[in-house]
Parts: sequence; structure tokens; C-alpha cells
Amino acid sequence: MTVPLASYLLVALILFCIGLYGALTKRNAVIVLLSMELMLNAVNINLVAFAKFGAFANLTGQIFSLFSITLAAAEVAVGLAILISLYRNRRTVNVDEMDLLKR
Amino acid sequence: MSGQFVAFFILSLLTIGGAVFMISLQKVVHQVVALAFSFLSIAGLYVMLEAEFVAVTQVLVYAGSISILMLFGIMLTRHDAHEDTGRGKFKFLAFIVVAAFFVLVFMGIQTMNIEGTPANFSQQNNVLEIGKLMFSQYVIPFEIMSVLLLVALVGAIILAKREADDK
Repeated sequence: MTVPLASYLLVALILFCIGLYGALTKRNAVIVLLSMELMLNAVNINLVAFAKFGAFANLTGQIFSLFSITLAAAEVAVGLAILISLYRNRRTVNVDEMDLLKR
Repeated sequence: MSGQFVAFFILSLLTIGGAVFMISLQKVVHQVVALAFSFLSIAGLYVMLEAEFVAVTQVLVYAGSISILMLFGIMLTRHDAHEDTGRGKFKFLAFIVVAAFFVLVFMGIQTMNIEGTPANFSQQNNVLEIGKLMFSQYVIPFEIMSVLLLVALVGAIILAKREADDK
């Protein structure tokens, strides 16, 4: 008897919801980036879980999750670079004050 | 109650606990460390799903480089200690939206019915099989991904570089 698929999906769903709540409510840009990473991780758990328990279970889900991890690393690098250059110009990391395009 | 259930329970508890601490802690550095715990436990979940290579990649990329990169980002910027106030209404609205999303997807998971035999990855060499697939069937996505990493590297350097005239 193994742990069923629904348990993994539930853990991933809870992680995704926590990440979504953090990305919507936090004002610190670094924490917003971290919440996005949490959401990406939840998706990766789903991919790997379906790779084992899906209708056509094979290794493709694991390979897809590897690509998604690479994408997340690139996203974090570019996001932090934007954050640092923004901080250099505006002296803030607060997402509420990043409204140059709105004014 | 087999050992597998116990391991799954502990790992998922650590994962969700790290995420909850990430949301609720006050200091930014503490939040990143809590999330690093969460990433490590997710690697344990991957091992339980017989995805050893993905688990090691998770430890290397997430728990290693992304956490350290986030710490660098925190150290290079200034963070006020005060907690945000005066957004209680928006927070409540966001909570309602997230809770509605949770309930919808939870109902979807409960009613889901997937027919198929679980894959038995434990008989094969995980890294060998992933390598074979990666360099035969998925070689074009692999190459495109390397180009993407190069573009992200160059883009990050150009974005973070100090411009010549604002010294």
C-alpha cells in the first residue's frame, strides 16, 4: 500500500495556496519572489506525482519538472537583478511604491 | 500505518510548516531560512515518488542556489522591520479568493478518477533513463533551455550593472 496520488496533490495545493496568498498580500518584493518560487515548487510536486501515478505513467513528468526548475532559477536571477537595479534608483523594495508606469 | 505513510506525513508537515512560517515570520532572513527547510522537505517528497535525480536537483538548485541568491538580494537591499498595516481589507479579500480557489481545486481532486497502473521506477536506473530521454527525445527543449540560461545570465548582468553615468 503506497501513499495515494490525492495526498501529494493536496500537499501541492496547500503549498500553492500559501504561495498565492503571500504573492498577493506581501509588500516586500523579495518575499513576493519567494512566494512565486513556492508556487512553482507546488507545480513541480504535481508533475512528479503524475509521472508516477498518472494515466500514462512515465518519466516525462520528471523531465518536465527538471525544465521547470531550470526556468525558476533563471527567473530568480533576472528578478533579483531587476530588484537590485530598482533599489539603486528608487531606494525601496516595497511593491506598493514601484508605480513608475502608473504615474 | 506503514513507514511510508509516516515518512510522507513528516515530510509534508515540514513542507507546509516551512511555508506557513515563511508567510508569518517577521524578519526577511528568517523567512528565507524557513523556506529553505520547505525546499529540502520537498526533495524528500521527490525521493518518496522515486524521482531521485529531481530530488538532488531540487537540493542543488532550490535549497542551494536560490536560497543563497535570495539572501544576497536581501543583504544588498535595505528592509524596514515594520510590518505592513492598513491593508486589512485587501488581505481579507485575498484570503477569500485563495480560499475559494482552494475549495474548488480540492473538490476537483476528490472527484478525480485516474485509471492507470502506477509506474514502477524502482527497477530502473533513474539517472540513466532520464539521461537517455533527455538526449534523444527531448534534446531540442534541452538545447533551448541552455540558450534560455545564457540569455538569463546576460540579462541579469546587464540589468544589475551600474550604468556608466550615474556614479
